Amino acid sequence: MKLNQLNNMKPSKLFDFMKYKYLFFIISLIMIIPGVFSLIKWGLKPSIDFKGGSVLEIQINGSHTQQELEDDINSQIDSPQIIRMGEEDRYSIRTPEITNEKKQELLSFLNEKYSEVEEIRFSSLGPSLGRELLVKTLTGVAIAALAILLFISLRFKEKVFGISAIIAMFHDSLILLGVFSLLGHFYNIEVDALFVTAILTILSFSVHDTVVVYDRIRELRRNHPSISFNKIANVAIIQTLERSINNSMTIIFVLLSLFLLGGQSIKYFSLALLIGTIVGTYSSTFTAVPLLVWWKEIQKRLAS
Amino acid sequence: MRAKKTLTLILITTILAAYIAIPRKIDEKISLFGREYAISYNIPSLNFALGPIKVSEDFNLQQGLDIAGGVYLVFNVSAQDLPEDTRGEALKSLEENIRRRVDIYGLGEVTVRTVQSVDGYRLIVEIPGEIDPQQAISLIGETAQLNFRLEQELAPEATASATVYDLFGQETGLNGALLKKSTVVFDPNTGSPQIAISFNDAGREKFAGITKDNVGKRLAIFLDEFVLMAPVINEPILNGDAVISGSFEINEANLIASQLNAGALPVDLELVEQNRISPTLGQSSLRKGIIAGLVGVVIEAIFMIAIYGRLGFLAIVGLVIFGIWSVALYKIIPVTLTMPGIAGFLLSLGMAVDSNILIFERMKEELRGGKPLKIAMELGFGRAWDSIRDANVNTLIICFVLFNPFEWSFLNTSGMVRGFAITLGLGIFLELFTSIVVVRNIMRVFYTREVSAGVKSDKK
Repeated sequence: MKLNQLNNMKPSKLFDFMKYKYLFFIISLIMIIPGVFSLIKWGLKPSIDFKGGSVLEIQINGSHTQQELEDDINSQIDSPQIIRMGEEDRYSIRTPEITNEKKQELLSFLNEKYSEVEEIRFSSLGPSLGRELLVKTLTGVAIAALAILLFISLRFKEKVFGISAIIAMFHDSLILLGVFSLLGHFYNIEVDALFVTAILTILSFSVHDTVVVYDRIRELRRNHPSISFNKIANVAIIQTLERSINNSMTIIFVLLSLFLLGGQSIKYFSLALLIGTIVGTYSSTFTAVPLLVWWKEIQKRLAS
Repeated sequence: MRAKKTLTLILITTILAAYIAIPRKIDEKISLFGREYAISYNIPSLNFALGPIKVSEDFNLQQGLDIAGGVYLVFNVSAQDLPEDTRGEALKSLEENIRRRVDIYGLGEVTVRTVQSVDGYRLIVEIPGEIDPQQAISLIGETAQLNFRLEQELAPEATASATVYDLFGQETGLNGALLKKSTVVFDPNTGSPQIAISFNDAGREKFAGITKDNVGKRLAIFLDEFVLMAPVINEPILNGDAVISGSFEINEANLIASQLNAGALPVDLELVEQNRISPTLGQSSLRKGIIAGLVGVVIEAIFMIAIYGRLGFLAIVGLVIFGIWSVALYKIIPVTLTMPGIAGFLLSLGMAVDSNILIFERMKEELRGGKPLKIAMELGFGRAWDSIRDANVNTLIICFVLFNPFEWSFLNTSGMVRGFAITLGLGIFLELFTSIVVVRNIMRVFYTREVSAGVKSDKK
């Protein structure tokens, strides 16, 4: 598609994305606001990775009811949180840190009562180690974010591009954090070291996709300096949207299948990556580019 | 025809990689469309010599604890008591002692390592398989016990069934607490390594008494329940400084000396984290992960072929080569495979076609612009490269931070996070290679020849 041909095209032939830029911003806000509300009100639910404590996962093969089980566990240990995992008779019991002996007591108590109670997983972590991991993880996030910022600033000499790319990146992580805050409040889904890993991976995806569109904008601008920025942005979107969607689709297929079929241990990790990929694809086209255009318009208005 | 040569080379490498990558042993029953198929085979491990290079490798995928099942324990090491200059050595011997203790189980594959953390040292022990964590914890948590025991006369009929305890039955009361330190010295005459030990004041007296009365007998040094060595007392030693000579290798002497030091300076271990995963859970996770991966990749392949037709098919051929190479690399390096690692691998499979998509889209544009196919293709590869490189540099940076290859103490060294970072990072390197070299050469050989005869009609 040559741009000079594009110039002469009827408006109907060239979908004007930028006309709807405020709509895109509103869509972004709709995705962000509930999450931010939840983040402020309920925060995130940290797993024992970050706060210390114990998790015991058991499988009960004998007959039982969940209520009965909860009452029994409550009678044995302090402030447990019992969550049924999926459709199987598998339960996750989260408590403040307990010793091996205490765990063994609980298991033999349950075994007597229900028969065939099997320990599937037991994790226990001291609170100081949890805090340490939290600090290390945040350090990792800070280093990664700085590295990406450095990359962006080297990559885009023009500040507007860099800042817009960063805003799009924050946009994605804010949505992801918000979704997991809501999931934590309503479904007891916790945030662990792997979730942070997912966030960092998503940061890089988000930038990755934005880089491709921005590159196209710069290339078009170089080759066609006379055409308006608005139009350039539009054409860049049209030219890159197909690849962006196709590319994300292949990742989405794999992640969706991992989320649905991949088993409990990486279920929410896959979900975080999945949400991030979808949001990242949206934001690189519908947040990062409109931001640029908006900025240029403001600049123009200020200049005149 | 350079492309053809390159392609042949790629083909040979892939066949080799495939040989490494396929599981050595499979015994599976698969039910497909209501029928049961039994797949069972066993490939002997690779053993051959290629000139000076000897290959003898089982090429088994190393499974992380979340797949193999097992116990993961983290202890705080109270290292403040350890003098700064010998700290590294002391930690090494601590690792060594604990590895030996856990190895009594004969479980193999036990990993013991110490990592430096912000506020001290951590000892991490990983034991795969079905074991009782409590037993492992108490086994590891004990401090090393160093004891000196004297040889005693045995009745001839008892000799055959005698244990080391019978043989060195006489307790001396001399133990690790009385030992000041141990170093490796060299015999001034022969230059061979020897082990020097020195006792503190209380130990000196005791040692003097023992050596005075027992010249010619053997004095065994027990570490935990093992005889570290049993030197013969040559002469009374009154000043508390002894030298043990023998035909030690230098490494051996160093090891013994550091073990003696560890026994002399017991460190306290405090359990701060434990994880136990049952092997059945691990294996079922693995199975689910593999099924999920296969489903995802098949859908991806269908999608690529539906959208890009013949080009999509070539990209999928590249993807298969990518997959084979990845697994072969995991086995060669070796990479310990965890569930997040599998996710990282699958994610890189999803991303692997990205570069191809960038190239294909570029190519289509060049074709629309009226360029002949061959030129459009090369231009597509050339122009897409900048975007491909930039897109991947970012992810590589993230993988670097997550993997923390230099074990910086201010960053995470968690196995799960690392497992993900390594497979994703490797995946990106391989992705660059397959999309730029492999797919390009496949296209040069097959694609241009097939379509250059007619003008390719574009759907758009």
